[in-house]
Amino acid sequence: MSKTHSEKSSTVQRYSAGARVNHWITAGSLVLLAISGLALFHPSLFFLTALFGGGETTRAVHPWIGVVLFFSFLGLFFRFWRANLWNRTDNVWMSKLRDVLAGNEENMPEIGKYNAGQKLVFWFMSALILILITSGIVVWDEYFYQYTSIDQKRYAILVHSLAAIAAISVWIVHVYAAIWVKGTIRAMTRGSVTGGWAWRHHRQWLRELVAGKATGAGK
Amino acid sequence: MATLQSQDIVRRSATTFTPPAARHQIKVAKLIDVSKCIGCKACQAACLEWNNLREDVGVNVGQYQNPHDLTANSWTLMRFTEWVNPETDNLEWLIRKDGCMHCEDPGCLKACPSPGAIVQYSNGIVDFVSENCIGCGYCIKGCPFNIPRISKADSKAYKCTLCVDRVSVGQAPACAKSCPTQAIVFGTKEAMLEHAAGRVTDLKSRGYKNAGIYDPPGVGGTHVMYVLHHADKPQIYASLPNNPAISPIVGLWKGTVKYAGMAALGLMAVFGFMHHVVAGPNEVTEEDEENAKKLKDAAE
Repeated sequence: MSKTHSEKSSTVQRYSAGARVNHWITAGSLVLLAISGLALFHPSLFFLTALFGGGETTRAVHPWIGVVLFFSFLGLFFRFWRANLWNRTDNVWMSKLRDVLAGNEENMPEIGKYNAGQKLVFWFMSALILILITSGIVVWDEYFYQYTSIDQKRYAILVHSLAAIAAISVWIVHVYAAIWVKGTIRAMTRGSVTGGWAWRHHRQWLRELVAGKATGAGK
Repeated sequence: MATLQSQDIVRRSATTFTPPAARHQIKVAKLIDVSKCIGCKACQAACLEWNNLREDVGVNVGQYQNPHDLTANSWTLMRFTEWVNPETDNLEWLIRKDGCMHCEDPGCLKACPSPGAIVQYSNGIVDFVSENCIGCGYCIKGCPFNIPRISKADSKAYKCTLCVDRVSVGQAPACAKSCPTQAIVFGTKEAMLEHAAGRVTDLKSRGYKNAGIYDPPGVGGTHVMYVLHHADKPQIYASLPNNPAISPIVGLWKGTVKYAGMAALGLMAVFGFMHHVVAGPNEVTEEDEENAKKLKDAAE
């Protein structure tokens, strides 16, 4: 079987090397932030601080990872925001969530590079990371203690916790979707997806690619 | 400081179980009679001396208060307020010895994320156990009195220990021992309330009709209490809170949000798993691949 040949001929480029590296820096820092943050959020998870060398180092390193995440995500934001603008098809997609969850993609409209779910993940993450970095700076006592009142810090830490819960929830949706929809993860590990994957999940995008209108790689 | 034993602990930060507290001690309290205080700062000096801490030489900004605020070294501070009594038009020099109030319901302990970094002993003393402290500053957010301070030297939180190391061997706190007018007295909470009641009666007989005890119920009472000549308005004493309580924001953060948040994350993960179990993977078919190839071939 000339599998290599057939695979080669039917794959399409989805993410450039730069986009992939950018994505994995973001992913790594988000996972580290979630672990270190949860360790200080619930006593039963405090043992996770051991992964960072103890409670004190966890406390010290968490905000710095946050800074890495913020700038890394900023890179992703500028790469992908245009492709994530909302359009009419997204409303149709949203109205057929039941079909989405059942995997009945034949009932769905043809989708561009991103479907409404992916766009929501993008915009929710953008908003939440902005909230997290802002509220995080307010409670980063090492450098910013004197700029806010104690009561403002109380609100900030509450907002920070709520936003973190929301962000981890969005992350669960994002990761689960990538696991559920087979053939997705290679987009971020190898940069390419099979033609069949693109046909099934992002047919409009594939048509544009074939017509030479769109570039596959996130710039 | 942690000089009492684990069996004396009744509450432990970031710990889901309640310590059995096998040993029961009598509740203690320090009573600060503001009406008797002459502002000599012997208590401040005694505190630094006993705890073997030193304060840097400060800057005079035209008032007696020195240092200007509580610090990681100065666990107690005389706060000076010049207040004109609107009823008598007299200037009253209010001097309040500030420091940890040792709340019966401590906000610092509630907020602390590090197991055993803050403990409460059965005698009522709230103590920071420095080796468990991670320096996050959550205790500052939990405290209704703005007391804990993070040390620049080791990034850990410090505050008055009520001289737990002295109390555990039957001694009064260093500040009480040093006070020349006995404005600071120490004993069982019961005895201190009794003594305070006598002081209030005395003050009332001398015209301070609003004299009273400051033992705020919003934090379950405190193990450091004041006798105030104007107990109806504690805020005139360098912003002593009128009715202190753990901030509802802290309550929400350490209550509903903590439990509901963890539950939400667990449910999300379970939902994902169950969805996969029910719906199965979403796989690309041969037909999809062929259609894609056809589309490509047609374009070429």
